[in-house]
Amino acid sequence: MTREVFSNIGLWLLFTLLIGNYVVDLEASHHVYKRLSQTTNTESPSVNQPYRTGFHFQPPKNWMNDPNGPMIYKGIYHLFYQWNPKGAVWGNIVWAHSTSTDLINWEPHPPAIFPSEPFDINGCWSGSVTILPNGKPVILYTGIDPKNQQVQNIAEPKNISDPYLREWTKSTLNPLMAPDAVNGINASSFRDPTTAWLGQDKKWRVIIGSKINRRGLAITYTSKDFLKWEKSPEPLHYDDGSGMWECPDFFPVTRSGSKGVETSSFGEPNEIKHVLKVSLDDTKHDYYTIGTYDRVKDKFVPDSGFKMDGTAPRYDYGKYYASKTFYDSAKSRRILWGWTNESSSVDDDVEKGWSGIQTIPRKIWLDRSGKQLIQWPVREVERLRTKEVKNLRNKVLKSGSRLEVYGVTAAQADVEVLFKVRDLEKADVIDPSWTDPQLICSQMNVSVKSSFGPFGLMVLASKNLEEYTSVYFRIFKARQNSGKFVVVMCSDQSRSSLEEDNDKTTYGAFVDINPYKPIPLRALIDHSVVESFGGKGRACITSRVYPKLAIGKSSHLFAFNYGSQSVDVLNLNAWSMNSAQIS
Amino acid sequence: MKLIVMVMTMMMISEGSMIDQTCKQTPDFKLCVSLLNSDPRGSSADTSGLALILIDKIKVLATKTLTEINGLYKKRPELKQALDQCSRRYKTILNADVPEAIEAISKGVPKFGEDGVMDAGVEASACEEGFQGKSPLTSLTKSMQNISSVTRAVVRMLL
Repeated sequence: MTREVFSNIGLWLLFTLLIGNYVVDLEASHHVYKRLSQTTNTESPSVNQPYRTGFHFQPPKNWMNDPNGPMIYKGIYHLFYQWNPKGAVWGNIVWAHSTSTDLINWEPHPPAIFPSEPFDINGCWSGSVTILPNGKPVILYTGIDPKNQQVQNIAEPKNISDPYLREWTKSTLNPLMAPDAVNGINASSFRDPTTAWLGQDKKWRVIIGSKINRRGLAITYTSKDFLKWEKSPEPLHYDDGSGMWECPDFFPVTRSGSKGVETSSFGEPNEIKHVLKVSLDDTKHDYYTIGTYDRVKDKFVPDSGFKMDGTAPRYDYGKYYASKTFYDSAKSRRILWGWTNESSSVDDDVEKGWSGIQTIPRKIWLDRSGKQLIQWPVREVERLRTKEVKNLRNKVLKSGSRLEVYGVTAAQADVEVLFKVRDLEKADVIDPSWTDPQLICSQMNVSVKSSFGPFGLMVLASKNLEEYTSVYFRIFKARQNSGKFVVVMCSDQSRSSLEEDNDKTTYGAFVDINPYKPIPLRALIDHSVVESFGGKGRACITSRVYPKLAIGKSSHLFAFNYGSQSVDVLNLNAWSMNSAQIS
Repeated sequence: MKLIVMVMTMMMISEGSMIDQTCKQTPDFKLCVSLLNSDPRGSSADTSGLALILIDKIKVLATKTLTEINGLYKKRPELKQALDQCSRRYKTILNADVPEAIEAISKGVPKFGEDGVMDAGVEASACEEGFQGKSPLTSLTKSMQNISSVTRAVVRMLL
């Protein structure tokens, strides 16, 4: 045949291939989505739902885990999350999507990312959003390829003028980062890309969680154009013995004040510090370290006293994992999202038809001491407080007493209490071997009297206390003739439910506060979740409980003091909370 | 000839030792070894493979227990309520825990495999408790609890 005919045929073939590919792609993605949306739970969720939350984010049904790609874009907050369209355990995971104007009330949208290409055909796992200098948001996420290997992909909004950014397209260049024989990356331990940041050299950096044997590491990749990425020879940071680093997060914080800063911000240590956070697979907790970012070597250097392993401080000493921050440019704050799973059996989850909630987003900032982060629920949640506030002032809680707080919907409430103790020289001395607050709390339940403590709140309590969850303090002297004190905060679920097969582990944390000053405690109570904040956000504990009696109107709220010294309640405010619009 | 025998013996010993090494780190070495040796894939499997074999054993045991439960409805009609509970729980093991664990381990996120495997033990215990001391399934319950804890130990090696 003539060259012309060849080239015509060639062009025609190319043309049909391109069209075929494009059309097939579209069809494939529609097809997959249709398949997903037609698939329903094998059983419909039971009608009786005493444990669904009133104002904590959760999808209408099925399993949810990690929050993904949180961001604000054109005044609208976005939350994506790992969701199983087919059931109440992890599996078949996609990026579900909701938006909000206030971080509290949410509007659902169709799933944004779901398996459709070889580079994510076996799963669309966690990832983050980066807002590019031109204002466009892009997603980097982990895909599971046909060989079940973990790779990193990019997706961008299909229609940038859709304020809800409902549809996303995936680049044909994907995967942008993948394990191979040259880079030696462990193909089953390479996931959860972070928000990227710009270096001094105008190149982007992103870190991805990984491990090599027991060494947990944050693999660094750099790029000029966000499409072609190069693995750095050295990880941003690593730790021998900590195991797999999931869901890393790396962000700057201001040395003073509580404002957030944009992720690429950099400054001197007296202005800007950096935080590295990881979720440890081994322990199922989230930990952070404070330090400095060496821009030249692209290394994170923890401050003295910090090690990025299981000894590092946690965001939350209860059920809290896979957390991720984003910079809210509208209100100049950094916001933290965290996933809280169920403490019930899988059979219970299948029966009720859902599993997993998100905590109320928290503003996060560096404490003035520079030694820890502080978290506090975003102020928007306070808009749910009804005008009916139950206020108690200047009450003395004598040893062995309880004070019921009436007039509040105790199963859906926000409580803030301020305690004051006197005669601290009477405090018990802490046993020097007691270095683990969780053990202190689990070995000494509320029937164990200290001089100071247990005192605090009993929430989701049944009338006659057959069931209750107690959130309380104990105060110890650090040493015999010491002027220093140790304050322990506990969240005790051991009596939370008559049901046997729940996880009723007790949680505990040290609270770095001066007990000579008033001692604050806040609890967000929402049917099956209690988020407790001690010392105005210096210690946070989230727990899940499933009472059989203390449900809805049969739920009660008490302040209590079972220590031998009396405790003053300077002030207690309890608000019934309106429900939020979640879906 | 001697060389061949030596090499084959060494191969056999080293094959046995992967299962041995793995099972030593579980709460029940004997059970672990017998479960893994009873599967033809056991001798050449890596840790993931061994975990998947054990999860298969959980599946088989759950199926067997369900059959037993179904048979008990006629023989022990007074136990209907507890049997209903148990039936649900063992179906959860089969329909939720096992598929979750298989997908998680195959795709490299073993922590969800650990969840599924642990829950198998939880469901078995919960079922047993429903009989309030008069369970006809105690031996099967114990088996599931033991296999669950052995499997969990192996899955944790993948974390």
